[in-house]
Amino acid sequence: MDDFSALLAGFQVALSWHNVGFMIVGVLLGIVVGVLPGLGGPNGVAILLPLTFGMDPTSAIILLSSIYWGALFGGAITSILFNIPGEAWSVATTFDGYPMAQEGRAGEALTAAFTASFIGAISGVLLITFVAPLVAKFALRFGPAEFFAVFLLTFCSFIGMGKDNRIKILVSLCIGFLLAGVGMDTISGDLRMTFDVAELMRGFDFLVVVIGLFGVSEIFLTVEEGLAFKGKKAAIDLKVVLRTWAGLPRYWATLIRSSIVGMWMGVTPGGAIAASFMGYGLAKRFSKRGDNFGKGEIEGVLAPETAAHAAGTAALLPMLALGIPGSATAAVLLGGLMIWGLQPGPMLFVEQKDFVWGLIASMYLGNVAGLLIVLATVPLFAAIMRIPFAIVAPIILVVCAIGAYTVGNSIFDIWLMLLFGVVGYVFKKLGFPLAPMVLALVLGDRAEDAFRQALLGSGGSLNVFWANGLVTTLVVLSAILLFWGPLSDLVGWARSRGQGKPALGAAE
Amino acid sequence: MKALALSAALVLSATAHASAWEPTKPVEVVVPFGPGGASDQMARTIQGIVQKHNLSSQQLVVVNKPAATGGEAMMDIQKSMRDPHKLLTTSSGIYMTPLSTKIPVNWRNFTPVGMLAQDEFLVWVKNDASYKTVQDLLAEAKTASPAMKIGGGGSKREDDLIVFSIGAEAGVKLTYIPYKSGGEASTQLAGGHVSADTNNPSEDVANWRGGQTRPLCVLSKKRIAYTARSRATRPGDIPDCGEQGLNFTYNMLRGIFMPGGVTEEQKAFYVNLLKKVSETPEWKEYLERNALLPDQRFGEDFEDFLLSDEALHKDLMGKAGFLATN
Amino acid sequence: MSLSADIEQPDDPGARGPSKRAVEIVVSLILIGLAAAVLYDSYGRGAGWNGGPESGFFPARVGWIFLAGSLFLLVQAFREPPAIFATWSQLLMVAKVFGPLALFVVLVEPLGIYAAAAIFTAVFMPIVGGARWYTVIATSVLVPLVCFVVFEIEFLVPLPKGPLEAMFGY
Repeated sequence: MDDFSALLAGFQVALSWHNVGFMIVGVLLGIVVGVLPGLGGPNGVAILLPLTFGMDPTSAIILLSSIYWGALFGGAITSILFNIPGEAWSVATTFDGYPMAQEGRAGEALTAAFTASFIGAISGVLLITFVAPLVAKFALRFGPAEFFAVFLLTFCSFIGMGKDNRIKILVSLCIGFLLAGVGMDTISGDLRMTFDVAELMRGFDFLVVVIGLFGVSEIFLTVEEGLAFKGKKAAIDLKVVLRTWAGLPRYWATLIRSSIVGMWMGVTPGGAIAASFMGYGLAKRFSKRGDNFGKGEIEGVLAPETAAHAAGTAALLPMLALGIPGSATAAVLLGGLMIWGLQPGPMLFVEQKDFVWGLIASMYLGNVAGLLIVLATVPLFAAIMRIPFAIVAPIILVVCAIGAYTVGNSIFDIWLMLLFGVVGYVFKKLGFPLAPMVLALVLGDRAEDAFRQALLGSGGSLNVFWANGLVTTLVVLSAILLFWGPLSDLVGWARSRGQGKPALGAAE
Repeated sequence: MKALALSAALVLSATAHASAWEPTKPVEVVVPFGPGGASDQMARTIQGIVQKHNLSSQQLVVVNKPAATGGEAMMDIQKSMRDPHKLLTTSSGIYMTPLSTKIPVNWRNFTPVGMLAQDEFLVWVKNDASYKTVQDLLAEAKTASPAMKIGGGGSKREDDLIVFSIGAEAGVKLTYIPYKSGGEASTQLAGGHVSADTNNPSEDVANWRGGQTRPLCVLSKKRIAYTARSRATRPGDIPDCGEQGLNFTYNMLRGIFMPGGVTEEQKAFYVNLLKKVSETPEWKEYLERNALLPDQRFGEDFEDFLLSDEALHKDLMGKAGFLATN
Repeated sequence: MSLSADIEQPDDPGARGPSKRAVEIVVSLILIGLAAAVLYDSYGRGAGWNGGPESGFFPARVGWIFLAGSLFLLVQAFREPPAIFATWSQLLMVAKVFGPLALFVVLVEPLGIYAAAAIFTAVFMPIVGGARWYTVIATSVLVPLVCFVVFEIEFLVPLPKGPLEAMFGY
């Protein structure tokens, strides 16, 4: 229990007045950058990094990691209220969060999202506190083949069911894969599908596409239905927090499952984005109310948020223990560590005890502070829904444009946002599912890179994908998940046939 | 009172005119890589130093443009002709990217400000590997089937070129596995998924100090000059690869460019600024931490270096088949 | 094939609009075109297997599936039961948002994002309606101003600027 006393000492460091002050400032700044699409996570931390050069490293990392927590919390706000994911990992939160807001349950959805974030983050911190070295070693076992298998697992847990038009799901997936492929190919160094258009070199940034596809198109759909946001009657008192909390214990299975998925994805740098999709996909599959997902089911908000935050937090573990950034934000923090003269890696735990345990303690405290702050703002944000459309809509659109620009510092991206706004509008009206496209866009090129790296190494032999226990397990799990839908359909069909009732799925 | 203020203003404007050009708004430092990478760290270190020592009346603002391995950043500078409020941090990519892709940019259209340092490349292996020298590694590569895997950051970039050149010199077939960054290559090496990597010191030092990886030799004509700390081995104790019978050497410039068409005074301001930055203790610490070769060049000295270095790259890349066709 | 499908209330001009079938057909034709472009590009670079997949291998495979899917959608579109995509009046509403937004993006390049945002807000709000003139002015001045303070001054994020900002030395 040497570590435990070190942790207590860490709490003393983190609880000093000025560090608590930095924590609160950090969380508030984080919420601001998290709410503004395009400015969140890595950018936000990078922008504020120079401010901390003059500070002592412990205070600096407390400030920066609090920004990170704040950004993680803040990303959910715009997803739920306006269908605009402030961060890539809050895309899955829009699937049910936004429908809830439209039903006038914005307060409930926000509370659920924040609480789930908190639960996810705390499980991530617990992981870091107690099993850091053990888990860190495990991350090293992930080579290209294993990475590919993890991405495959994410795809399979998310796709493979779906009641939408199957051809449209397929086409949507293809579009996502192809969009992800545009630009520089990591493996060959070639430019792909740019057709010599200089602006396409950069490829399609995920956030730009998503801001257009979800956010801008939603404004088009809103005006079509008469120039007002639905859900204006959102309750705006703090009691909604308590009421929502009362209902949460029911979803313990989802919360635990998502926490585990998130921690796993954070440690094996699969990332918070993949974790959020996987958490959502699994919850949809295993929940009794799975059919209601996408229509405003609170479980659909809890699942991705818990997973994303467990992953986002756990991603700091490989950074501290091995010097490997588990996420882009972690990479920026890592750069910061080095600027303050700290060398991340296994030695950090030995040489800089104060720093490491101060940071870990600040993770607990930062998340508690973050939760209290964001919960207090629930009524405030829910009240935004009451502002007249004529005022809110231009503000949203301007902020979206700024967000699209800051992602790649390019005006062309604002055009893309507009284009994808139209695409999203048309696709939604024609019943194309957008989620598969987004998933393929985020993970498609990474999966392809891993696949090709694995094959380069094996000299072209596909055996690498069942070369060891880890990769085989992942591949088998993926296959099971992929065929889960058809199999359970079949079982259900056989059963209903046996009972002489008409099959439910037959009409669809 | 009014007269006093007026005369003060006059004096101020007079001194402003007498002294050379100064930036009148925040200066954008365009980094052709993502946040957290080596180029980004250099830019942010300079930004921090300028701010801390008050070296400029205007702040530096770092802007990352990582697309197309820096091609996007160079296009941006190309488009910003005569804009004195823009800088570009560069590595060998300044000629490698245009040579290996068809991106229509050329550093000759930019204004070279100065070179701040050269980065070293080392051959790293997993700490518990049996190899003592780079020859042991190459000897095993001769018999390996499938071919030995060596990791690095990016395709048709520095690491790829080094691996090709080592293979060519030793007459062995090596498989180069491109990862998104050198840091990722280092992790993959620590996990034993590749047999070696050719990272910069900054990319592998964390795993080295943590006992995960270790360097065999420096791909340079001389040993590293730094002798301080870093676990049991000091960087200065790492042999250069020539000592182990591998003659290929490679270094990478780290420098700063401006857009084309700026005036001499504008350029002079930044040359001065960089010289002042390089004299601060923070900069020296930065160099040492990343084991960079302190090699400063400005003006014609820098341009001559660029010309010969570019010719070298063109030759190497031609041999490796990395030059863009048509 | 008629572009307009009159259903439900043929007498009410507000209920008319482009038919869903027409839109489906146009969309699937665009997708087929994109699939062809992808295949052209991928095979141009090499879509084979050369000690592992070449850079065009995946895009080409996905491209073929994409092409097949799009063709299927085209066939499916012709079997679509008649329905309208959206009524003309609905589309007019959408155009009222799209128009000013497109104007905004056009103006970002010459005027900078802040001035463009001010003009956009000032145009958008009266078109959409429901706001008094002083609200319009206040919003269109305050929004860019707040953005300017947040991004340029506080967070040092440079956004596109035009002649107006240059006058103030930015």
